[in-house]
Amino acid sequence: MNIDIQGLTLEPRRQTYSHIARRFGADRPASRYEEASYDVQATTNFHHRPLYQPEFQIFDPRRTKIVMADWYKFRDPRQLYYGTYNMSRAAMLQAIDKNFDFIEERAMLANVEPAWLEKVKEYLIPMRHYEWGANANNQLITDWGYGTQITSASAFCGADRLGMAQIISRIGLAIDGNTGDTLQAGRNLWLNASYWQGVRKMVEDSFVEADWFQTLVAQDLAMDGVMHPLVFARFDAEGQKHNGVPLSMLSEFMSEWYADNARWVDAVVKTAIAESDANAQLVSAWFAAWAGRAAEAARPLAEHVLGAAGKSAVEEIADKLMTRAAGLGIKA
Amino acid sequence: MPATKKLGLKQKYALMTRGLDWETTYQPMEKVFPYDQFEGIKVKNWDAWEDPFRLTMDAYWKIQAEKERKLYAVIDSISQNNAQLGITDARYINAVKIFIQGVTPLEYQAHRHFAHVARHLRGVGPRIAAQMQSLDELRHAQTQIHTISHYNKFFDGMHDWQHMHDRVWYLSVPKSFFDDAVTAGPFEFLTAISFSFEYVLTNLLFVPFMSGAAYNGDLATVTFGFSAQSDESRHMTLGLEVVKFILEQDEANLPIVQRWIDKWFWRGYRLLSLVGMMMDYMLPKKVMSWAEAWEMYYEEQGGALFADLGRYGIRPPKHEDVARKEKDRISHEVWAIFYNYTHAAAFHTWDIDDEHMRWLSEKYPKTFDQLYRPRLLMWRDMARAGKRFYNNALPQLCNLCQIPMAFTEPDDPTTICFRSSELGGDRYHFCSDGCKEIFDQEPEKFVQSWLPVHQIFQGNCGGASVEDVLKWYHLNLGADNLDYAGSPEQKMWDQWMAGRHVAQAAE
Ligand SMILES: [Fe+2]
Ligand SMILES: [Fe+2]
Ligand SMILES: [Zn+2]
Repeated sequence: MNIDIQGLTLEPRRQTYSHIARRFGADRPASRYEEASYDVQATTNFHHRPLYQPEFQIFDPRRTKIVMADWYKFRDPRQLYYGTYNMSRAAMLQAIDKNFDFIEERAMLANVEPAWLEKVKEYLIPMRHYEWGANANNQLITDWGYGTQITSASAFCGADRLGMAQIISRIGLAIDGNTGDTLQAGRNLWLNASYWQGVRKMVEDSFVEADWFQTLVAQDLAMDGVMHPLVFARFDAEGQKHNGVPLSMLSEFMSEWYADNARWVDAVVKTAIAESDANAQLVSAWFAAWAGRAAEAARPLAEHVLGAAGKSAVEEIADKLMTRAAGLGIKA
Repeated sequence: MPATKKLGLKQKYALMTRGLDWETTYQPMEKVFPYDQFEGIKVKNWDAWEDPFRLTMDAYWKIQAEKERKLYAVIDSISQNNAQLGITDARYINAVKIFIQGVTPLEYQAHRHFAHVARHLRGVGPRIAAQMQSLDELRHAQTQIHTISHYNKFFDGMHDWQHMHDRVWYLSVPKSFFDDAVTAGPFEFLTAISFSFEYVLTNLLFVPFMSGAAYNGDLATVTFGFSAQSDESRHMTLGLEVVKFILEQDEANLPIVQRWIDKWFWRGYRLLSLVGMMMDYMLPKKVMSWAEAWEMYYEEQGGALFADLGRYGIRPPKHEDVARKEKDRISHEVWAIFYNYTHAAAFHTWDIDDEHMRWLSEKYPKTFDQLYRPRLLMWRDMARAGKRFYNNALPQLCNLCQIPMAFTEPDDPTTICFRSSELGGDRYHFCSDGCKEIFDQEPEKFVQSWLPVHQIFQGNCGGASVEDVLKWYHLNLGADNLDYAGSPEQKMWDQWMAGRHVAQAAE
């Protein structure tokens, strides 16, 4: 219906929701990110305690030792809400789909040195299980976390990890011509190869930690901070010596994702630390423990792939991670 | 390179998904998954899970991004073109108020709890289905917030929906419903939400709101509604698959599932009585009556479903006969509650005009003229005499569904139905046998219920006077509450319409 609005007063009576106006101290137009991500979670008057965890309320800030006066300080620098999140990932995927087509049409994986391709199967394909573990850990953050902001970002991060596990699966299928043998072999390595066991043990140990903020520090900062640069940057760079370019193209999503995700992780960790000394101490201790473990767990894998250079490769990555962590306020 | 084998969708999905998980050995599985066995559901083989929709994450991103692009284009045009002028009447907006206060927070809760299921079940198949639904539900919450944001700029009652959801007496009805589901184990949650609500009863929530929106010129709600429906079809298949999967795993699961189906049918049905009121009383242009919707979507479709589930030993939910008996009554009884208590609600009620009463008596030939018309006429007379009726006594609530005790005996529409149970020296009151039986099954859970009226009397709701309580609710007094007649909204709408007539006359 077309209505001539001449003579009508169409002055809005308010610019945004009251809870948003209270938060920003003024009734001013709010962004989509703000309306979608602030104060959507229930906070009080819950009807029942969870049967499976009667010591907590349904949403309960006491599920972590981190204490925040306001749980809505974890603004995502990317300002992602569901719509922009999916559009961003769909765009990233478009580039990847093109790369897959490009490489499959030209059978370019055949150019990779066969010995290196074997290595790729050994270091890259089992990463799908690492990503699945990261998926579970981020689901846990969305489950137990507090506030709409941090838990929606972790939900996106979790979805990313499933996406990456499946992109890695696609690479495996591209390698073996869709038989699935590569995936099966990769799974065996994840379960049995000695150079993977440190990583797998670390992942399984992370599953039984109940403090979700620790899970965030362990998974998204410490473990990823070693594993992603090692696998998708350092190993990938090594592959350049062996005609590994097609594999770099197929894993481009992971490198792009890592930079994007790190912006969010850094903002979250920095904010928690800035809140109080107690938080800073907790986060620092968690980080020290998990980053140390990650470096140790990754060394056999690095040595398997890089030989003698493996040890120093992990040390370099760990050093860089320490520098990044120090920038966030983590104390050594 | 080997020749590339062609892969079917099912095979491709299986290769990309199945086997991502593994049996942990450095930590015992019981410690990694501590919450999926306490309900007593026996699962012998997680691999028997049939993925109801084979969606990989890349496909999900693409499909959803496309849907979002389209949806936000419409949302933008709605605010640019002041589409609120296209609705049939400002009274209609009260349905949208109930939606954002009562439904949107549940979408968000579903988002969080499907993440719980995605983390805490053992099988990779259901975990992936659950996490995609978790994302979808976040989508629903956020797109509703964004769409209704435009209405909120002009209309009352929508400005502080989350704060109200946690506090206002009638919003305790949907809140307690979902709190009950998320505090249960993962299989009960899936039976409650995915099966009973999204599969069995969904059409009684969705169709009324979405068709109501379409009939009443609410392009905004229609758009997010239909966009969400494509997600919903996935959720429905998940609901059916969950129940079949559990039943096929072990016969010992049957009595547990049957008890959950009985419970969640009744809880869902009681919750939907609010929707019934909306359908019969709040839509300026009607879609169908509650009774017709119940017949079509429950009695016919639900009947066929339960006949089909009979091969697993499942029988139709207990007390569906009571729902059948009540179908000519509940919407009228609930409207009466809200007419009584509109001064304490964040939406309006109003005098039902003659044409609307004609429709009601046509749709409810056995009850309306006899039982409800006289009351509406009395209220009209009182309002005309300047004594619009507001009930200043606080109502007694059903301890289970939390609706004020105004439902009548299944076989006598003129007698209020009272049931009660005694526990630890206290008496708990219920609106029905259905609610009482649910309480009696798990009394230790339901004695915890946060009952708004009790809480007011205990002084936990902002103060002793009604005004204190309403302020604690964040109600804008005189705008969010009270009768539509004389409200700021009515004034605004009448001005708009007057302007429109002037504009049309000038053409
Ligand atoms: Fe939904
Ligand atoms: Fe849904
Ligand atoms: Zn009840």
